[in-house]
Amino acid sequence: MSRRDFVKITGTGLALATLPGFIRSGFAGVAPDDNPYKFYFQRFGIDEDTVQKVMAEALHYGGDYCDLFFQNQLSNSIRLQDNIVNSASTNVTLGVGIRVLKGDQTGYSFTEDISLASMKAAARTAAGIASGSAKKAPETFNATQLMNYYETQVSWEDVGIKDKVELLQAINDDVFKQDPRVIKASVNFSDSENYILVVNSEGGIATDYQPMLRISVGCTAEEDGKRENNYFDYSARDDISFLTPERLKILPQEAVARTVKLFEAQTPPAGEMSVVLAAGSSGILLHEAIGHGMEADFNRQGISVFSDMINKKVAKDFVTIVDNGTNPHVRGSINVDDEGYPSQETVLVENGVLRTFMHDRISATHYGVKPTGSGRRESFKHNPMPRMRNTYMKSGPHKYAEIIASVKHGIIADQFTNGQVNIGPGDFTFYVKSGSLIEDGKITGPIKDVNIIGNGPEVLSRVTMVADDMAMAEGGWTCGKNGQSVPVSMGMPSVLVSSITVGGRG
Amino acid sequence: MEKNVYLDLGYWVQKKAKQLGASESALGINHARSVSVDFRDGKVEKLKESTQQAMWIEIFAKGRYSNHSTNDLRKESLEKFIANAVDLTGFLEKDEFRKLPDPGLYKGQSEADLDLSDAKQGDVTADERLQRAKNLGETLGGKDDRIISVSSGFHDSHSETYHLKSNGFEGHKESTSFTHGASVSIQGEGDKKPEGWRYYRARHLEDLVGAEQTALEALERTKARLGAEKIPSETMPMLLENSNAAGLLWRMMYPLSASAIQQKNSFLEGKKDSQIASEALTILDNPSIVRGLGSRYYDGDGIAAKQMPLITNGVLNNYFVDVYYGNKLGWKPTSGGASNLIVQPGARSGLEIEAGLDRAILVTDWLGGNANPTTGDFSLGVAGWLIENGKRVKSITEMNISGNYSELLMNLVEVGNDPWIHSSFRTPTMLFDKVSFSGS
Repeated sequence: MSRRDFVKITGTGLALATLPGFIRSGFAGVAPDDNPYKFYFQRFGIDEDTVQKVMAEALHYGGDYCDLFFQNQLSNSIRLQDNIVNSASTNVTLGVGIRVLKGDQTGYSFTEDISLASMKAAARTAAGIASGSAKKAPETFNATQLMNYYETQVSWEDVGIKDKVELLQAINDDVFKQDPRVIKASVNFSDSENYILVVNSEGGIATDYQPMLRISVGCTAEEDGKRENNYFDYSARDDISFLTPERLKILPQEAVARTVKLFEAQTPPAGEMSVVLAAGSSGILLHEAIGHGMEADFNRQGISVFSDMINKKVAKDFVTIVDNGTNPHVRGSINVDDEGYPSQETVLVENGVLRTFMHDRISATHYGVKPTGSGRRESFKHNPMPRMRNTYMKSGPHKYAEIIASVKHGIIADQFTNGQVNIGPGDFTFYVKSGSLIEDGKITGPIKDVNIIGNGPEVLSRVTMVADDMAMAEGGWTCGKNGQSVPVSMGMPSVLVSSITVGGRG
Repeated sequence: MEKNVYLDLGYWVQKKAKQLGASESALGINHARSVSVDFRDGKVEKLKESTQQAMWIEIFAKGRYSNHSTNDLRKESLEKFIANAVDLTGFLEKDEFRKLPDPGLYKGQSEADLDLSDAKQGDVTADERLQRAKNLGETLGGKDDRIISVSSGFHDSHSETYHLKSNGFEGHKESTSFTHGASVSIQGEGDKKPEGWRYYRARHLEDLVGAEQTALEALERTKARLGAEKIPSETMPMLLENSNAAGLLWRMMYPLSASAIQQKNSFLEGKKDSQIASEALTILDNPSIVRGLGSRYYDGDGIAAKQMPLITNGVLNNYFVDVYYGNKLGWKPTSGGASNLIVQPGARSGLEIEAGLDRAILVTDWLGGNANPTTGDFSLGVAGWLIENGKRVKSITEMNISGNYSELLMNLVEVGNDPWIHSSFRTPTMLFDKVSFSGS
């Protein structure tokens, strides 16, 4: 959809350019030219000489390696509640994180003041992880060639607040039109632009512009004195064109449909049973059951349940699971990781065999392999570590109808709100916000609010059918690890897990 | 922090906001410094030092409201930032309920010294930090042949914040925090590698629980997970370890808020002065505990902090009412959120209660799950022990508890006399009857 279409949808005839895009970075707007690094150097007010001086300080005590991670993030959010768009927030962060490695040891410091003196002071702090004679900074820097998996036409800086206000009001009106039982609605819209520049002591340099949007619609409905609340959301690394007329129609429809469905929903019986995971955000199972356990830092330390399973058969032949940073416009995609390595598709499980872990620089060095472009961090205030991007299972040989028909007694789960894992024993959970019972091969009444708990390797071995309908989640998933949050996504075809513990009652 | 520099900047921002069109404003400026040292298997894994500053401002202009934050505190940047903030606010819709608190609510702050900042924090040396983190891990050397890995860490921080509101509020908060802890992985059956941890946090360094005790507790908690497996589903009593009881009760705090009630997302709406739990439950919000992890002089609105009973003998006394949602509901503000929550202890220790149980599950760890604030339904992953005839007979894992808070709280049978004081939510051991456990 073009920008003009968006204007049309939101019902305003005003040109966007006449409205204030709120956040401006405080830097001169410099268009990229033949040297893409010039734009970023100017954005951060630095040059190669400055970088070399800071690196010399970081390597003052003989660290093996150092990198500087410059970041400028501009975020906006706007909220509708009680029928009016009555709240907006903006946030600007700017800074540089300086990391020094000595073997697998990390020294880290950051500064929000990008002056040479402040950066040198921070570099000297990070350098303290090593103790020895100084090493030299590189004399030249070579660009890392990158693909762009989230090319955009319109900067979020150029989308005016007035258009967002009208967009939220239109969605709110639609929510109330869906069902007379709706008594409350809220709509939240947030966008951000993240500019990063990574430069390392091996002379590597990479930059990225990372856009993001998230829009969520929540509502409460009332029937016979009972209330239920639910929501629906979209998130993507994209510009405003992501909000097509179709998606803007689905948002209020799904939010209301998911809410009123809960009036009929029951808590399922407790205990082990067959669970069908519907295509899409059921990929949360993979994220928890296998993804975290396959992050190489836990394996390097020998504390993951998967530490000794490489090249072992862990699932049926038709199970292939990947972690991929290159899916166009998907929330967890990255052109480059936060250590400067290009993103890629990393095959974790190939035809049922565990193939490789997800690596950052430290773990790749430990294992003697190439980094997988999985070194991510929340911001310049944090050191990178192996993290997931978009984790999903590829389509298999079965049909959805065939899977449902095969279940005598179980549930199908289709909406999830969170998950968690204990890496060592491999025990994990994910919370089913809504789903349905399956009895004698047929979907019957809806269910809600039930936690599912299992063991990663055991559950993988119990994936007995995989359908041909893989879909990616389109919601705003965020992964937390060691106090750092990063955006991720996930995906799944419809899958049958033959037996897993469902936290029902009775 | 050099007090006058930040305070002066705050006044400058406040004045600038007024000049640029804000009728009222509220702002905060924070400066924080922290250091963390992590050891793993005898050597430093990570050293991290950080110093950061931030400013956030709420703009009230022509009946409209917005809030903004930045870490770029240069005056030339701030001026542009504030001008944009005021401009943006003008495009929002009017909200008659969004206004600064009545200045009367600011009055009556405690004049007692809550002692939230340890002056000695500035004297802690880099070597001392390293040594503390290292010692914690080394305590476990040779303690168990099955240990795969031991991680230990020491973290300390100092934070100082100034708050200014244009209708006369001026507040200052300063606090320190020290945390140390260990996590242990051991080789279990097959590929399983059970893990456990223990950490302690205190406002003053001298109040931290000893390194040896912390490390040994981490090891014991890990060993307790060996051989854990699920048992068949059953409804039976649940004994909740004191350090984990907050994991169940904190999920009630959002339904107790005015925002949840006004948005019709609370199962506790209309329950004030009603019996919502058994008589065994009494919870007090107490902001004035000396060196308390949740202690404060004023809340986010600037309301002077004072003690507030939440639940007394099972009867709901108060909600957390902030200024904005209080205005919407027509209710007098109490406080926007909890400070230190104190569950009134009972007569017996957790171990005494445990010894008297015929058959129950002792929950020592949570694993995921969620609760629905609108209905009170919950479903949570648990691990712990099966208790038979007062003894821990089997380590259990991969199980869930499910139910509804309204029923669960009425089934609270007894609370222990052993509050966990290393948290802002001080919970003793708690015993609930008729809990539905799902397993094999």
